[in-house]
Formats: sequence, structure tokens, C-alpha cells
Amino acid sequence: MANVAISPENGVLLAFRRDLRLAVRSKGEVIQAMVFFVMVVSLFPLAVGAESALLKRIAPGVMWVAALLSVLLTLPRIFANDYADGTLEQLAISPYPMAVIVAGKMLAHWFTTGLPLAIVAPVLGLQFGLGAHELGVIVLSLMLGTPVLSMIGAVGAALTLGVRGGSILTALLVLPLYIPVLIFGAGAAEASMAGIDYTANLSLLGAGLLLGALASPLAVAAAVKIALD
Amino acid sequence: MSIFKYASPSTFYPLAGKMAPWFAVIAAILGAAGLYLGLFRAPVDFQQGEVYRIIFIHVPTAWMAMLIYVIMAVYGVMALTFNTRLSSMMIEALAPTGVMFTVLALWTGALWGRPTWGTYWAWDARMTSTLILLFLYIGYMALVNAMDDKKRADKAGALLVIVGSANVPIIYFSVKWWNTLHQGYSVAASGSSMDASMRMPMLLMTFACWAYAIAIALWRVRAIILEREKEAAWVANLHGSASLKTSGVRA
Amino acid sequence: MNWSEFFSMGERAFYVWGSFGAFGLAIIVEILLLRMRLKKVTEKVKI
Repeated sequence: MANVAISPENGVLLAFRRDLRLAVRSKGEVIQAMVFFVMVVSLFPLAVGAESALLKRIAPGVMWVAALLSVLLTLPRIFANDYADGTLEQLAISPYPMAVIVAGKMLAHWFTTGLPLAIVAPVLGLQFGLGAHELGVIVLSLMLGTPVLSMIGAVGAALTLGVRGGSILTALLVLPLYIPVLIFGAGAAEASMAGIDYTANLSLLGAGLLLGALASPLAVAAAVKIALD
Repeated sequence: MSIFKYASPSTFYPLAGKMAPWFAVIAAILGAAGLYLGLFRAPVDFQQGEVYRIIFIHVPTAWMAMLIYVIMAVYGVMALTFNTRLSSMMIEALAPTGVMFTVLALWTGALWGRPTWGTYWAWDARMTSTLILLFLYIGYMALVNAMDDKKRADKAGALLVIVGSANVPIIYFSVKWWNTLHQGYSVAASGSSMDASMRMPMLLMTFACWAYAIAIALWRVRAIILEREKEAAWVANLHGSASLKTSGVRA
Repeated sequence: MNWSEFFSMGERAFYVWGSFGAFGLAIIVEILLLRMRLKKVTEKVKI
């Protein structure tokens, strides 16, 4: 530890590795989020009927809403434990800037939620009768969109640290901000199914990802500092 | 430093009390003029008939809903950069009025949509964006109310409205995108070639709502200041000077 | 000026007066609530 240079990249890596190690150690949580995603998606055919044309039409929207809810449920994982046991305060006085640390934590969160969801999505797509091309677009849109969900969600998770009614409150704060990601994400697959150009949707998700990567560490760091004050 | 003089709750409290009645009077005059022109003088719309008169409150309330959130975000920036408590109190004072205007915009939009589009709710881009704006307001109020520590609530609320307002243009763009993709309704709420006799009441009502919002926010911030500072010495002095004055009159 | 014609708003009275009524009601309720809040706090600090 002592001979590691204090650079932003090392800070990101440090926080990333630490959170990833914690997540892997309690692998239940990662798997639970995936199972939740699968279960929510599987509820829809039971609710609206197994008519294949209808299922195919709603598949992108259903998968995106389910992904959004899965990410939402895992948000407390980013900060809650570290806040409760005082680790977050230790991190705040570490030589690394808070923005760098939270960047690593957000990356670790995406690795343990968004990425697994994107990986299981094709299997679910088959249940809904989607073709290979549409499945590819859904996976791509989830890959580009779920990191943004982790970033926006981290702001909400940090703002509500230690506040009563935390998780439902986080949902209230975060869900309206998720709407653009939902629109462009689900829109990409819908466009590809309708035979319209879907690259614009993916480009917009990519732009959102870049914008989020620039702005979210600062916003999340500010939110964490407010919570620690 | 002259601006910062009024950034302290104790100096702003009497100033707000002096300004609020003026804005209330302006709101009443403009509102009365706007309602008179809108209901009695503006001609009947040849396409929509009398029902178009709803825009005289729908459009101003929709604008105010948007504007108040932006102003809250400006106060949010001030609260976090200058660390002024009063800015956070202003955000808190504006939020309920913002909610009121947002709900009114949705309500009047629905009542206008039914006879015009044949449905109360049409998922058109403006109405959907306004609904999301309502969610943003509710999120702010829920966050601030959930926190017992006022100092933290002030800062967290300020940060949330900044993040929210940064997202507002993206939300508007995405909803518009979604709306065109799904070929939904896209009826403009106000024709671009609007007659002056129709535009005038709308502007009057807008400025009336604006003055009303300022008056209400000033009064509400007075209530918030007193609620928070009831232990402070200057509040006790306020009491002392007031009783001194009355006793002086009596003597 | 015919008042019953005015109030019927071209058979659209429900929509027009439903909008203007809600607008007026919301403002009155907000003012009343705020007055109660101010009264409560000024009594507490005894100004």
C-alpha cells in the first residue's frame, strides 16, 4: 500500500478492487439481483398472456424496466455498509479525492449488477421470441445504459445515506432521472424491431455515458461529503 | 458585499415582510386584468370554441412549474457555493408553490385535452414532461422532509435540485424523442400565430402567477426563518422592539 | 352580455370552470395554509 503512487487511476482501482472483492465474497447479492431480473421479466407473460406477437412487442420495454428495478434494488450496496461501519469516513480522509473513490465504487457496482444483467438478457430475450439481431441491440443498449443507471443511482444512494425510509426515498429521487435512459435504451431495441435506424439511440446512450462519467463523480462526491458532515 | 447583507435570515426577514404585500397587490391587479380580458374580451377561437380559454391558466401554470424549478436550482447553486442558509430556505419556500403550479398545469391540461383530443391524458410530450417534473418536485420534498438534521437537509436538497435541473433538458429531449418515435399526439398548446387579443391575457396571467409565486415564497420563507430561528436572539429582539413600539404608542 | 351564455361556455362549462375553479381553489387553499403556518409560528415566538 505504501509504495503505491497516489494517482487518480490508482484511487479508482483501489476502490474498485475493494468493492469487487466484497461483492465476490458475498456472491449471494450479485446472483440475487440477476435472479430478481429474471423473475420480474418472467412475470410479464403470466400477467399479459403468452401471445407471441404481443410478447415480442413489449419485450424491450419489459427487459429495460426490469433491469432498472434490479439496479435500483442494489443501490444501497454502493455506500450503505461503508457508511454504517465508518469505512466511508476513513476513505474521506484517505489521500485520494472523494470523486476518484466514488468513481471506483460506481464502476464496481456496474460490474456486479449492470454487466451480469446484460449477460443474462439474451436468454430472457429468447423467451420473448426475439431474433438474434434484436437481442444484440438489447444487450448493447444495456451495456451502454446500465452504467448510467449506476451513476445516477449513486447520487440518490449517497443523498439518502442513513435517512429513515432510505430505499423507497432513493427510488423516488432516482426513478425520474432514469427516464431518459429508459427511453433511449428500450427505444433502441424497438427501433431495430421496427426496422428503423437504432444507432441514434445507441449514440445518445453513449453520449449519456460520457456525460455521466464526467459529471457523476463530482456530484456523488459532493453528496457523500454532505452525508458525512 | 451589499448583496450578502440580505443573505442573512435576520436581515431578510423584515425585508421579505415589506416586499411580499407589494407582489401580492401586483399579482391581484394583473390577475384581475388577465381574467377580465381572457374571459370577457378575448374572442372565441374559431376552431376550439370557448374551451380554448383554459390556455389562459394552463400555459402560465405550465411555465411557472418549469420556471420555479429552475429558480430553485439557481438557489441551490448559491446555497452550495456561498454556503448561505437563506438560499436553502428559499428552495424550501418555493417547492410547494412549484408543486401547486405543476398539478394545476396537469389538471388544466387534462380538462383541455378531453374536449380537444377526446381524452384526458394523451401522453403528449409536454404533459409527460410536466408529470416527470412533478416527480422531481416530490423527490425534493420527500428528501428534505425525511431528514431531521436541517443543515444536512439544506445541502442535500440543494444538490438534488441542481442534479435534477441538469437533467430537465435531457428529460424534455428524451420525452420529445419518444413521442415522435411512437407518433403520439403533438398538438401545440398554443398556436404560433396567436392573436394579440389572446396573447395579452396569457401574458398578464403569467406575470400575475409570477408575482403571486414571489409573494407566497417571501411569506413562506418568513415562516421558515421563524420556525428555524425561534431560539435566536434577533427573534427575541423582534418581540422586544414590537412590544416597545406598542407600549410607546399607548403611553 | 348574456350571463347564462357566459357560464355555459359554449357547452364546455365543466372543462372551463373546472380549470378556472381548480386554479382559484388551489390559490385560496395555499394562502390559507400559509396563513395558518405563519400564525402558528408567530404565536410560538410571541412576536
